Amino acid sequence: MSSNKLTRATQEPAWVRYTLLTVGLGFLFFFLGLPLVAVFVEALAQGLPIYLEALKESETRSAIWLTIVIALAVLPFNILFGVAAAWAIAKFEFKGKSLLITLIDLPFAVSPVVAGLIFILMFGSQGYFGEWLAAKDVKIIFAVPGMILATLFITFPFIARELIPLMQSQGKDEEEAAISLGASGWQMFWRVTLPNIKWGLLYGVILSNARAMGEFGAVSVVSGHIRGETNTLPLHVEILYNEYNAIGAFAAASVLALLALVTLVAKTIVEWRMKAETDMLNAELPGEKT
Amino acid sequence: MTHFRKSIATVLLSLVAGAALADATLLNASYDVARDVYKDYNPMFQKHWKANAGESVELKQSHGGSTKQVRAVADGLEADVVTMNQANDIEFLAEKGLVAKDWAKKFPNNASPYTSAMVFIVRKGNPKALKDWADLAAPGVQVIMPHPKNTGNGRNTYLSAWAWALKQPGGSDKTAQEFVGKLLKNAPLFAAGGRDATTTFMQRGMGDALITFESEAEMIAKEFGKGNFEVIHPSLTMQTEFPVAVVEKVVDKKGTRKQATAYLEYLWSKEGQENAAQNYLRPRDAELLKKYAAFFPPVKTFTVDEVFGGANKAFATHFKDGGTFDQIYVAK
Repeated sequence: MSSNKLTRATQEPAWVRYTLLTVGLGFLFFFLGLPLVAVFVEALAQGLPIYLEALKESETRSAIWLTIVIALAVLPFNILFGVAAAWAIAKFEFKGKSLLITLIDLPFAVSPVVAGLIFILMFGSQGYFGEWLAAKDVKIIFAVPGMILATLFITFPFIARELIPLMQSQGKDEEEAAISLGASGWQMFWRVTLPNIKWGLLYGVILSNARAMGEFGAVSVVSGHIRGETNTLPLHVEILYNEYNAIGAFAAASVLALLALVTLVAKTIVEWRMKAETDMLNAELPGEKT
Repeated sequence: MTHFRKSIATVLLSLVAGAALADATLLNASYDVARDVYKDYNPMFQKHWKANAGESVELKQSHGGSTKQVRAVADGLEADVVTMNQANDIEFLAEKGLVAKDWAKKFPNNASPYTSAMVFIVRKGNPKALKDWADLAAPGVQVIMPHPKNTGNGRNTYLSAWAWALKQPGGSDKTAQEFVGKLLKNAPLFAAGGRDATTTFMQRGMGDALITFESEAEMIAKEFGKGNFEVIHPSLTMQTEFPVAVVEKVVDKKGTRKQATAYLEYLWSKEGQENAAQNYLRPRDAELLKKYAAFFPPVKTFTVDEVFGGANKAFATHFKDGGTFDQIYVAK
């Protein structure tokens, strides 16, 4: 009787289940599936040769390259700062820790456009360091360095945010064991800490990478929009669209969408590996299973 | 991995090397639909400069919203020349000391090598028989236009309607303000920009008339097909100018004054003017205007200087906070 009640509580009547499913899937289709399909349909509207022709344009190609270069340039900094910040926050207690956590989250809270304007305020010719930089003939704003800085600011929190909970849940027992067995700091980091966080780190890298490639607002403010030089893919899509070049715009957008799909696949693989690893650990330690 | 590194190195090298190949490099910061004009013009100038000065010159383009572009130049985008679609924007650079105070006198025709006019785009067959500004303000008509306060398109539309009402028998600032109020009531929304307004009208099918530049009508035709709409020239409309200027501070620093000035001067040459005409911009050259008369039906126009005493004054009276637009829009 009671078990019957329980099953009924978790099994809604068929029509409720199907309605919910239809609404959910319908939503997914209209807001995610359809736009994705539309990008490719519009890009191929005048046939494959014209689509390829649009992609062959040197400005589009340089936009693709610049997008990748910026994403790659940002990566080592993000890994370094992300791991260092997560390490400090997860493994140590110190004054101002909550302030540090707030600071790390700042880029999430600030609108990207405002983030871009901050760099203009600092390095623009009317900005704090503007005159000094101009005298030294160093270009930051409206050049690739400024775009890398802006992207760095926007993508900064992803890796740290991914690693902090992971490292906190792992505690510091293993590290302490390594040290007490005579490992040096580096040995401990390479042999204990890094293997423990590798999948989480990779996951953070993928997320921040996706954001770096798709970033529009902050980069738009500091880019200067010089064609073939400081236009990333998202910026290039906008300008082509404004020029009534729909095919070119959607062709460039399709490249962005493909990059996103690759990211998605990579993300799924990493998630799958992470899960496999935890399952394996749990199987090895049946006593500690919760 | 080495393959990867090599390709990155190639990209970085090509970024650096681009500047080194030519004798001089010019950056032209422009409004966002200027590409077609300068795409054809740049090779012409390169050839001309090679033949006359014996120098090769590399030309780079930067495109974006006009106001955004001049802000970037003020913040340090090293553009040698600016080619814009609003005098206000160049005025802004003059105030900042980047462009000569008398920039409008440095070149002929108010430093605007070509012009356009504000026109109506209506649905095929003009089902509501919209012929003039009065028709747009009639009840039951929907007008699509960008926001008058922060877009050039929108401001030009607003001022065109104002000037038309002013020139009607018994017209005064008071009747003009009333008329523009009626027109704005017919706008179901204000689009964010010119392109946005076009999408609203053509793709979403909203509204009976879109107000835009004559030159833009041809771009719309390119994307949406010529047969899908008609272009209507009203009885009086604004002649919109496309002012150009040398950015003094940049050319002095880079030593490109000679090339930059020549680049802009050449816009007034026969070739430069013909290129403008082929991109549906009204050339200043009277002969060419006649040659391309099929594109450019005669239309009665006014300039902002004639009716409103200059772009800055028009902006202050109508679009600053508390200006006539705010008065009308609050009243609405």
